[in-house]
Amino acid sequence: MSEPGSSTTRSSPVTPADKISSLDTRLIDTTKTLPTEPKGRTGAARILLGRDAIMIYLLLAFVLYASIAIPRFASPVTVGFLLLDVIPVLLIAMPMTLVIITGEIDLSVASIAGLTSALMGVLWESGLDIGVVLAISLFAGVVAGAFNGFLIAVAGLPSLAVTIGTLALYRGLALVVIGDNAVANFPPGLTAFFTSKIGATGIPTVMIGVVVVALFFGVLLHLTPFGRGLYAIGFSKEAATFVGIRVSRAKFWLYVGTGSVSALAGIYWTLRYSSARSDNASGLELTVIAAVLLGGVSIFGGTGSIPGVIAGVLLIGTINFSLRLERISDVVLIMVTGSLLIASVVAPSVFEALQRWRHGRRMHKTLPQVPASGATSATAPGVQERK
Amino acid sequence: MTTAPTRPPGTAEHTVSAVPSRLGALLRLRELPVTVALIALVTITTVVNPLFLSPQGVKDLLLNATIVIILAAGQALVIITRNVDLSVGSVLGLVAFGTGTLFVTVPGIPIVVVFLVGMLLGALLGAINGLLVTVAKVPALVITLGTLYIYRGLNNAWAGGTQYFAGDRPDAFGALSVDTVLGFPLITLIAIVVVVIVAVYLAGTRAGRDLYAIGSDPDAAKLFGIPVSRRVFLAFLTNGVLAGLAGVLYASRFNSVGATTGSGLELAVVAAAVVGGVAIFGGSGSVVGAAMGALLLTTITSALTALRVDKFWQEAIVGVLILSAIIIDRIASVRTARKLRISEARNV
Amino acid sequence: MEFIRNHTRKGAAARRLASVTAVVAAVALLAGCASDTGTNTGTDSGAGGGTDGDLSITFIPKQLNNPYTDVVLGGGESGSEEAGFAATEVVGPLEASASSQVSFINAETQAGTSVIVIAANDPDAVGPALEEARAGGAKIVAFDSDTNPKYRDVFISQVVAKDVALIQVEVIAEQIGGSGEIAILSATANATNQNEWIKFMEEELASNPAYKDITLVAKVYGDDDDTKSFQEAQGLMQAYPNLKGIISPTTVGIAATGRYLSTSEYKGKVALTGLGLPNEMRPFVKDGTVTAFALWDPAQLGYVAAFAGKALADGTITGAEGDTFDAGELGEREVGADGIVIVGPPTVFDAANIDEYDF
Repeated sequence: MSEPGSSTTRSSPVTPADKISSLDTRLIDTTKTLPTEPKGRTGAARILLGRDAIMIYLLLAFVLYASIAIPRFASPVTVGFLLLDVIPVLLIAMPMTLVIITGEIDLSVASIAGLTSALMGVLWESGLDIGVVLAISLFAGVVAGAFNGFLIAVAGLPSLAVTIGTLALYRGLALVVIGDNAVANFPPGLTAFFTSKIGATGIPTVMIGVVVVALFFGVLLHLTPFGRGLYAIGFSKEAATFVGIRVSRAKFWLYVGTGSVSALAGIYWTLRYSSARSDNASGLELTVIAAVLLGGVSIFGGTGSIPGVIAGVLLIGTINFSLRLERISDVVLIMVTGSLLIASVVAPSVFEALQRWRHGRRMHKTLPQVPASGATSATAPGVQERK
Repeated sequence: MTTAPTRPPGTAEHTVSAVPSRLGALLRLRELPVTVALIALVTITTVVNPLFLSPQGVKDLLLNATIVIILAAGQALVIITRNVDLSVGSVLGLVAFGTGTLFVTVPGIPIVVVFLVGMLLGALLGAINGLLVTVAKVPALVITLGTLYIYRGLNNAWAGGTQYFAGDRPDAFGALSVDTVLGFPLITLIAIVVVVIVAVYLAGTRAGRDLYAIGSDPDAAKLFGIPVSRRVFLAFLTNGVLAGLAGVLYASRFNSVGATTGSGLELAVVAAAVVGGVAIFGGSGSVVGAAMGALLLTTITSALTALRVDKFWQEAIVGVLILSAIIIDRIASVRTARKLRISEARNV
Repeated sequence: MEFIRNHTRKGAAARRLASVTAVVAAVALLAGCASDTGTNTGTDSGAGGGTDGDLSITFIPKQLNNPYTDVVLGGGESGSEEAGFAATEVVGPLEASASSQVSFINAETQAGTSVIVIAANDPDAVGPALEEARAGGAKIVAFDSDTNPKYRDVFISQVVAKDVALIQVEVIAEQIGGSGEIAILSATANATNQNEWIKFMEEELASNPAYKDITLVAKVYGDDDDTKSFQEAQGLMQAYPNLKGIISPTTVGIAATGRYLSTSEYKGKVALTGLGLPNEMRPFVKDGTVTAFALWDPAQLGYVAAFAGKALADGTITGAEGDTFDAGELGEREVGADGIVIVGPPTVFDAANIDEYDF
């Protein structure tokens, strides 16, 4: 990952921890290299030992464990029920990954899904054709996303605050649209399709659509210049602008993306449960964000990948379903989700702190000290990296 | 005293910097938009439904706002340091249930002790947040999202199906949220005292001012010699104490405390702070503003009912308010930046 | 800077290693948790699993951790033991939302549970999942709050819906002296049981000449949430200054309203009745906020549901009108029209008799 604009010095994003490490080394002559420092990993080893790969190993390990330890787990039925449950999170996690990689966030996703659901219910009750209903509902999601995008990318407002606002606004509009009512009489053929499975595999038919969405965002992020640009934005907005990435435009379209996909999730939710209500999918935003972070995306932006996130979403989904099968209370699930989230972000930092401490000791032993006053200048470039 | 609640004292921060033009200073107050909105709301509602400001009406308004005011004051401290604490709803729930449990398991326990234990429990939970954030150097959003789940899980595991009701608690404890002094319920007075103390601390002490410096630019603050970690930890700790206090007061006011008490409160609290002019990326805002934001948001709920406006509009209006607050904030900062540029240009 | 880069690289690898260790540890912890709890709660789940002769029953309430639900489930557990189920489980969501019950039903389908007893949060949202469970051989008993009738075999109703509605109207009419404005504070807007009672209340108020001077001015919903119900009650008093009485046909709503009234100037001036748990309402009856309220014995509801499930699983009944089954110490019960089984008449509680009840 070579960052445009930073000549040869840096090839992986600077996390705040790195910044701090650069501050801490100010008493030390940093112009020399330790002969024992290893070079970066390349090729197969890099892929096989990356954060994504680890998430996937973990997922596989857990699936293996569950298949052995939990009776009835290893069956196509599990695949079906499990996937049906995770689809909304999986869908929204795709564009959310891109948004968080740029260092922004979108908390309004679940409210957009709820708004879509409410609209579907009202439009369907008013007697419109189901095709028209779906089109309008999806369009509402696009508009909702574009509104977020406008406020964040064009007006330059902080995304956390804006989307807390639109979280309330869109959920509120859902209530205004449908009120206390629930609409349930969607075409049986359509609702049956949403819970149908592909043959005997147990895989829900709608997974085809979900895979298409995942592929779209995966390719967009990992194989296009636009996607590479997103990492640059998350790493340093100023640098990205400087090398000609159109930051505002990219962000705007990302929010249109989260809006549209959230609308899809809302449509799925409505038809799967054949129930359109204003409170559908409420609270889902935190689940999505937890899964994305667990999947290895840094909340600071700049790192993360689609395969890692998919593994993260599926891991939480699998743990969830295993607990259901074992009839263990959701209390355990809540605590496990919280602990995993914290462990996945704290452990690296703690480990790094330890590493730095050990490294520092070695440095003091092997390198000659230089006067404190002269060395601080070396750290200057690292200081104002972020916002 | 029964008219529109005016701004409580404690805005020393602004009066100290006596600018030549008093009016100009007033217009630049970050708390101005929320104050204007609050006064307008109360005026309109009272004109339409005079019962809105009846003694009972005012008492209800204040009671509704009390708990969110305390939480918003604590949240403001944290947000000013460019952090956020999403776990407050879960902390409140744990402490509220703990309060219920204490009264049942230790009959005759003095109420003051219960307050202390509640705040201590809150402090402990806040300290865990603070430690994780400062030691691990991980964004508070992620950490407190995690502890939101964990604390709620603990609450569920502890409470199970058990709920404690107002009848299980001594009458004197419940009376805190019934009895009034000069029209102000006792627990509201507690909240006002808390806001004043925190506001004075934030505006008047070295450590308090440090929080602003940290929020404006953490790296610069560090280079400047401010003990960033210690200050941020302190902000989380204080927020925990306040959430604990809010939990005890919750148990005093409402009928039942159980496994789900206080869930979903976090976003309302952050929203209150933002509406009250606390910038989400730290560095500016005040505790008084956050408290006003809390008062405004809770008053809207009552006002809509009193106006018999379809209650479905309520949440949408809250959303619009949050967005307005951010936009106003943005316009103000752009203007300040421009003014600074001009004045700097003159000085060259 | 060269040094920093290398250091970073190494740090990144180490970080990865650290995260693996941490996450693996967390999962291991979970695994430990899982096997622990598995053996603790599932005392007989190993033997269960729906093999013939070994019938299993699972209760899925609207939400766990609700005092009313706990009483119902207590009755259900003793009922299923007496009826001879080999395994009894209780699962359910922590918060009552429409779709949250579905994955629990799915897991039960997969577990091959013989009887699923459910109180639906939404009559339709649970439909497809219940159909799948039925296709897998499970019998479906709805209790407390009905599903759409096509998705279940029988519905165990607390009381005759109309009776419970009429008794509440009667009590409130008596307390407000037969005239004035009243309001209803219900649970969620979609709750099947509450909505049916409200419908009967409205009909009765409109048709019975004795109630011609009573006007129903508002229906509000507290979502069975203590805080929300409290604030709705408060809003009612402000929006309708002439309000004489409130009916709250839900245990959470009536307790929250009682708490508000007893702490405000309206105490004793605005009448309150509805459906409440005696243990929760006792202080409000004693302090004069509430004169009388009603409820059935919730434990019997769960008890009868368990026996109905047994009869269905044994093939003794099919849920058709006129079927009868044995309900243990409550004697014989008959399935009425639409597959509804009525448990018993409601009891009215007041200062005189409230101390005789403990639930």
